[in-house]
Amino acid sequence: MGEPGRDTNPAALALHAISAGYGDAPAIEAVGASFPQGTMTAIVGPNGAGKSTLVKTVVGALAPAAGRIEVFGQPLALARHRLAYVPQRASVDWDFPIRVIDVVLMGLWRELGLFGRVAARHRARATECLALVGMEDFAHRQIGQLSGGQQQRVFLARALAQGADLYLLDEPFAGVDAATEAAIVAVLHRLRAEGRTLVAVHHDLATVTEYFDRVLILNRRPVAEGPVARAFTNAALATAYGGRLPGLPAAAATAAE
Amino acid sequence: MLCQALTLGLGYNATLVTLGAAGLGFAAGVTGAFLVLRGRALLGDAIGHATLPGLAAAFLVMVALGLDGRALPGLMLGAAVSAALGAWAVDRLARRTRLPEDAAIGAVLSVFFGAGVVLLTVVQALPTGRAAGLESMLLGATAGMLRDEALTIAAGAVAVTLAAVALGRSMLWSAFDPAFARAAGLPVAGIDRAATALAVAVTVIGLKIVGLVLIVALLIIPAAAARFWTDRGGRMAALAGAFGAAAGYVGAAISATAPALPTGPIVVLVATAVFAVSMLAAPRRGVLARALRRGAGAGPAPKAAP
Repeated sequence: MGEPGRDTNPAALALHAISAGYGDAPAIEAVGASFPQGTMTAIVGPNGAGKSTLVKTVVGALAPAAGRIEVFGQPLALARHRLAYVPQRASVDWDFPIRVIDVVLMGLWRELGLFGRVAARHRARATECLALVGMEDFAHRQIGQLSGGQQQRVFLARALAQGADLYLLDEPFAGVDAATEAAIVAVLHRLRAEGRTLVAVHHDLATVTEYFDRVLILNRRPVAEGPVARAFTNAALATAYGGRLPGLPAAAATAAE
Repeated sequence: MLCQALTLGLGYNATLVTLGAAGLGFAAGVTGAFLVLRGRALLGDAIGHATLPGLAAAFLVMVALGLDGRALPGLMLGAAVSAALGAWAVDRLARRTRLPEDAAIGAVLSVFFGAGVVLLTVVQALPTGRAAGLESMLLGATAGMLRDEALTIAAGAVAVTLAAVALGRSMLWSAFDPAFARAAGLPVAGIDRAATALAVAVTVIGLKIVGLVLIVALLIIPAAAARFWTDRGGRMAALAGAFGAAAGYVGAAISATAPALPTGPIVVLVATAVFAVSMLAAPRRGVLARALRRGAGAGPAPKAAP
């Protein structure tokens, strides 16, 4: 790694000794990690490892207690517009009186601002993003009428509307059906092929190798980080999960040891 | 007599009060819709009660300066300052301590109201004997409302409504998903403060008509009623405004038919009637519609096709 900020091709996301959390006990401590451009990284770790806290801190929804975040070599505050966010589906009230298209329009906040009027071209953009996740027919539904998988696709469409280069997703596959999972993976892989960078909190250790090319194993502090083939090892997982992991997955990485 | 009142036929004062109450109801309904959707409805209660010490203090200051202690603009200013202090205190307590927001609201509400009652006793002990106007602000008193006062209330209601409409989309978005909103760059804390300021403004212009104890009802009830009729936040706010205006208009008209009927409580009761009808009869979310669907074996709210 060269000097951050002077790289001609800096990491999409670089974390320097991030500590964050609610109250006195930080949920994450001294997390340093680097996410190269055009890669797709899984953040894995046991419950309470601080995975969501890390994502919220990176997107700026939570202020870090200590540390530095750089996005494409720039401080987070200057590069926030290059970043898109897919929060946990369970983090919002799905009975809220809002339509699918209005949720996706939220992704166009930077263009609209506080008082801007939503124009036909904004709706057209939002509809395009819905089409990318196969949800264009649902644009005028109230969000409470959607299934869990459909809700997750709408959140993804909203992130696509943000037109970002770096995507942070908090458990994008939690509680969705297999068809939705495949559809979301296809969209994420297309984004990666376009050179965008993806970072997702992921729970299913069995699919890490299939979906992702890099992994960050976290348990309040980083346990292992790097290409899946090198970092996703049984030893690292055992360290992160302690005795709580019922049968380690046959990680593809044992060969690298 | 009620027909006369509803057609503004009961004289100049009753007409002023009725129109003022309708304007106040509209502003309160629209503002309240956004507060309810953000999950901050009870903040309105803290704000309402927190106006009392400001009212009494403003009265004392104005008397000390040799002015008329009952001058409405001065009282409104004092009320706004102490309500803003109360809202600030709730925010600080909820953010900086382990107290949850409802406990912070309860603490602020009772402390400010208690302090206000003490100050009110001080005011009443004054030899001026002109204090009668102040306790009437607890529940609203509209008899003898002046033209200037009605105009102040109307102008305030228009200003609050315009501001709420201008900020509506941003308030809805930060209410639906505050974490995403912050990440996307929305100034969520600032939007929350603006919504709080609107609630303070509604409370202050409502002092004379509904009073500080019941203003929270006019913020919450029309919004809760409107939620039964629509699944779109913007329409819900507009409908809450219409319900609030209707409650204000009809309630003020009813209270004008008899001298002893207090305006604020009647307005709130009319709003409650609107809520009850909405809860029972609304086409999709109403209790009857749900019961009918269950009876027809169609299950709960219609679900999307897979």
